Amino acid sequence: MQYWIIQTLNSFALGGLLFLLAAGFSLIFGLMRIANLTHGSLYMLGAYVGVTVLKFVPNLWLAALIGGLVIAVFGGLIERFILRALAGNALGQVLVTLGISFMVADFCLVVWGGDPIPVPTPAALQQPLRIGGVVFPTYRLVVLAIAVVTAIVLYVLMERTRIGAMIRAGVDDMQMARAVGIPVSKLFTAVFCLGAALAGAGGIIGGPIMSAYPGLDADMLPLALIVVILGGIGSLLGAFVGSFLIGAIYTFGTALLPDLAYVILFLPMIVVIAFRPRGLFGRRTV
Amino acid sequence: MTFNRRRFIQAAGAGVSASALPSFVLAQSSPIRLGLMTVKTGPLASGGIDMERALVQYLKERDSTMAGRKVELFVGDSGGVPAQSRTKLQELVERDKIQIMIGPLDTASALASDDYIRQQQLLTLSVAAAEDMTQRKPNPWFTRGTSTSSQCAMPLADYCAKTLKYKRMITIADDIAYGHEMCAGFQRVFEDAGGKIVQKLFSPLTVPDYGTYIAQLKTNVDGIFLGFAGSNGFRFFRQFNEYGLRGKVAVVGGMTAFDEAVLRNMGDEALGIVTSCWYSAEIENATNKRFVANFRVDWGYDPGFYAAATYVEAAVLDATLQKLRGKIEDKEAFMKTVRAIKVDTARGPVGFDHLGNVVGNIYIRKVERKDGRLVNRVIHTYPNVSQFWTYKEAEFLKNPVYSRDWPPAKNLES
Repeated sequence: MQYWIIQTLNSFALGGLLFLLAAGFSLIFGLMRIANLTHGSLYMLGAYVGVTVLKFVPNLWLAALIGGLVIAVFGGLIERFILRALAGNALGQVLVTLGISFMVADFCLVVWGGDPIPVPTPAALQQPLRIGGVVFPTYRLVVLAIAVVTAIVLYVLMERTRIGAMIRAGVDDMQMARAVGIPVSKLFTAVFCLGAALAGAGGIIGGPIMSAYPGLDADMLPLALIVVILGGIGSLLGAFVGSFLIGAIYTFGTALLPDLAYVILFLPMIVVIAFRPRGLFGRRTV
Repeated sequence: MTFNRRRFIQAAGAGVSASALPSFVLAQSSPIRLGLMTVKTGPLASGGIDMERALVQYLKERDSTMAGRKVELFVGDSGGVPAQSRTKLQELVERDKIQIMIGPLDTASALASDDYIRQQQLLTLSVAAAEDMTQRKPNPWFTRGTSTSSQCAMPLADYCAKTLKYKRMITIADDIAYGHEMCAGFQRVFEDAGGKIVQKLFSPLTVPDYGTYIAQLKTNVDGIFLGFAGSNGFRFFRQFNEYGLRGKVAVVGGMTAFDEAVLRNMGDEALGIVTSCWYSAEIENATNKRFVANFRVDWGYDPGFYAAATYVEAAVLDATLQKLRGKIEDKEAFMKTVRAIKVDTARGPVGFDHLGNVVGNIYIRKVERKDGRLVNRVIHTYPNVSQFWTYKEAEFLKNPVYSRDWPPAKNLES
């Protein structure tokens, strides 16, 4: 019984971690139709920047904020100066973002070296939580809480504000949105910055669990893809449900059939693509 | 007739051609072309860069000279991608005309280059641990001065069973050949010594999170063997502590799990962990002390597995060339000599078996704090361990290669 409680908590915690990763990817993909393959790199860069910030300000949350801002600026530059020039050229954008991700990986290797660097868990959260016979890392529960709060904030932003309405309009029909005077161009940059910031901050908040190491980018990008494809492109709810679904499938799958870890992770995505190409909550695009 | 320099050279040339050895003289004067096949980009770069640093240091310490001949170093970066490794190797051989290769770093790259090495008859001093390259499918041009995957795991299993008196253990490793081979060797020796492996887990190389695996671990065991490579052992162990398991289940590690390269980013949580490897920066011999001291001056950290690997291979090359008086051109003679050589290196005395794999000391080490940093102190030495451990070679080779399913795990508890 305790075992299943721990695994359930595990699946929630992993879901939370995945949502922090995938929310930004979903936003960018949804509005701009850009499969931003630098997303894993932004996540890794965030983790590394966080490592450096933590040397000067020993506070993880502050590091996440600063790291998020740094990555937002970096993302903004990519969007303004590189992707903008390739507007409408989907293949070009995919290749360029892939190229940038290689460059970021090499940059990180040169600056931070090739060894894994731990991101220290905040001192207050280092002890595992013990309730009854269940022992669970406190920090993971905090990550889960952060993911839920982030989801609520993003939901309010998207569904209850004017900007959110404009973004949704852009997702639904970009040309029409332009025609009615929505500044889609500025919106693009803003959304890209927001998505990058989420990835960067996610990298630092996930740091105490994942650490910062070369290859983190390539480990995380497929997960973001799976979540977004499963949940549905451009849908925040989809990203949220997709994250926790993947978290649960992965956790219980590897617990029951440890030899088939990868099959379990990717099979749902294939099934969904085959039978519901827009994903579980994808909008019908015009 | 005045005897000027030109005349002298003419006369000398005539004398040499008379003795029918012109190529010999030419070879003696030209530098030896040494290739290093390593990884400088991607996830394996940390070890790969250490390999280059240590090799450059070895050459620097000897003024780039081995057996009186200059050595020129050419470095190829495979990125850890087997296909790229093959291409880069081809470049090293066909453009840079290397005469001998140290590397490649990883097993997959070594396997991808196997055919080419045979075809080119390229002298190879390898670091990659794949068992069968020196067992059931030996490559005649391949010599390995480090160890096979299981060569260090088998003595550790012996140590766990006989000295630590463990009875029940778990193994967990990356789900790749290296992890399978290591765990299989560990299991075989541990169970032959009366122990039981009650749980055996393999996690994908790029697993996002070890939480689900850690939650599965049995706690009614004496110890857990970690067969991870690179950053995975580091991440697993951090999460292991996060789940409050440290102190409940003892941890022992394979040759790459708590390497010096990883230790320098760890804290007190690693203290007391026992691992086995063919090397430790703490080995007490003059060669190693000089190696570690110089490496620390240049780079500010202790050399680990990968740095020691090229430093040891370079020493093997050096000793072989001394015996051959620098004549690397005769490949057959080189292979014969290298496999018969006995040389004192940073890891201690090194020799080879007829399949080209090292016979050397394996060290049981314990993580301790010294001068403020974590080190792998040697607590026990298994001298002259072969890739077959204490098993008979013929019997060992009759069995299938160590794998996920062989030897079968009979004591698993669900």
